[in-house]
Amino acid sequence: MKPPRFQYHAPQSLDEALALLAELGEGAKPLAGGQSLIPMLNMRLARPGHLIDLNRIAELDYLAEHDGGLAIGAMTRQRAVERSPLVRDRCPLLAQAIRYVGHLPIRTRGTVGGSVAHADPAAELPGVLAALDGRITLRSRSGSRVLGPDAFFLGALATAAAPDELVTEIWIPTVPERTGQIWLEVARRHGDYALVGLGASLTLDQDGVIGEARLALIGVGPAPVRARRAEERLRGERPAASLFREAARLVSAEIQPEADVHATSEYRRRVAAVLTERALADATRQITGEEMA
Amino acid sequence: MSAEVGAGAAQRRAIRVTVNGVVYERTVEPRLLLSDFLRHELGLTGTHVGCEHGVCGACTVLVSGEPARSCLMLAVQADGLAIETVEGLAPDEERLHPLQRAFWDRHGLQCGFCTPGLLMVLKSFLAENPNPTEDEVREAISGNLCRCTGYQNIVAAALEAAWLLRETAAG
Repeated sequence: MKPPRFQYHAPQSLDEALALLAELGEGAKPLAGGQSLIPMLNMRLARPGHLIDLNRIAELDYLAEHDGGLAIGAMTRQRAVERSPLVRDRCPLLAQAIRYVGHLPIRTRGTVGGSVAHADPAAELPGVLAALDGRITLRSRSGSRVLGPDAFFLGALATAAAPDELVTEIWIPTVPERTGQIWLEVARRHGDYALVGLGASLTLDQDGVIGEARLALIGVGPAPVRARRAEERLRGERPAASLFREAARLVSAEIQPEADVHATSEYRRRVAAVLTERALADATRQITGEEMA
Repeated sequence: MSAEVGAGAAQRRAIRVTVNGVVYERTVEPRLLLSDFLRHELGLTGTHVGCEHGVCGACTVLVSGEPARSCLMLAVQADGLAIETVEGLAPDEERLHPLQRAFWDRHGLQCGFCTPGLLMVLKSFLAENPNPTEDEVREAISGNLCRCTGYQNIVAAALEAAWLLRETAAG
């Protein structure tokens, strides 16, 4: 297995990369961390005429507080996110989820933007963006636009990015007060593709009533899925084991996972329900520091 | 940085890569994988090539000190960077690196195919976490497949190496 022949470009700046994309169009493929694209080249599932290597573009490697959240440059390595005290403090869901992205030697090369642009149905970063209503910034030579996860993730390996657009940044809101965030995942081994992954964010108001509930699942559909019926059921209620069990039932009814060689659809539904119940209980404990009734 | 040949011919680039402290200058096709560059261009065949799509971990090397799959990197991407391979572990021909010694003592290998990748992952992991738990070791090597040992002796070797390295550091 060797990659097919391609013309290689290594722009030093974002402007240079965007000009190349505009010029070369559909025949060109941006190369970020390469942890998905290079296997596809090695197996010759992808045969781009031109590769635009983004790894020399230092201006896309950053992690900064911005507009009540964290702005992360597309070429920031997943390992840098994992190591960041800022991420642990401001976005516990991302801090937990990032440890499930591939294995350690994958995360050292793999980038935030690459994972988002690749849009694998079992990828964690799209799940985090979906759970928290993050934002994705796209740039082309003619301008930029910012999309929410629903508008950006269109299906398995399919996004709203046009051939001349690059994902340049993602933004994730800072965790609100009195909020518990939990990422849970079941895979054959740690680091393997998720059979089911779940991101939960639960906010309690001063009276201990659930003000906001967010649940997003990966591995159960072509794109990350928000469990909106379960979220609605949770809002305005007090945390309780019975309530969480009911939310879990709603989640498993709401999703339509496909069967594959790794798991049946029914198994994925069950796992989704179990993870929902567990995540909601853990999130509550994160806020109150105690077990609930 | 680039030395390109005209249209029709395969594109080639001049690169300069430091491997185990030695600077190498070569002109390569952009599609040459770093793993093949190490093995075929430099003759450093200690880096093994297993699956060639990032799953098995046999080809893991250190890129700027961080473990990475050399089959998922192009040689041209290593231009200007420092790479460490298993050949750079032992201080000389007589002595083994503490990791290699521990793998020997604890029978952490049988056929040895996965060993170079495991050693390189563990080198960076133990530098960052000198006193790991067994679970942490298992997570650190979860991206490296071994079909002989069942991992038990690899984990034991990693823990022994951690101890050896701590002793060395403590003098």
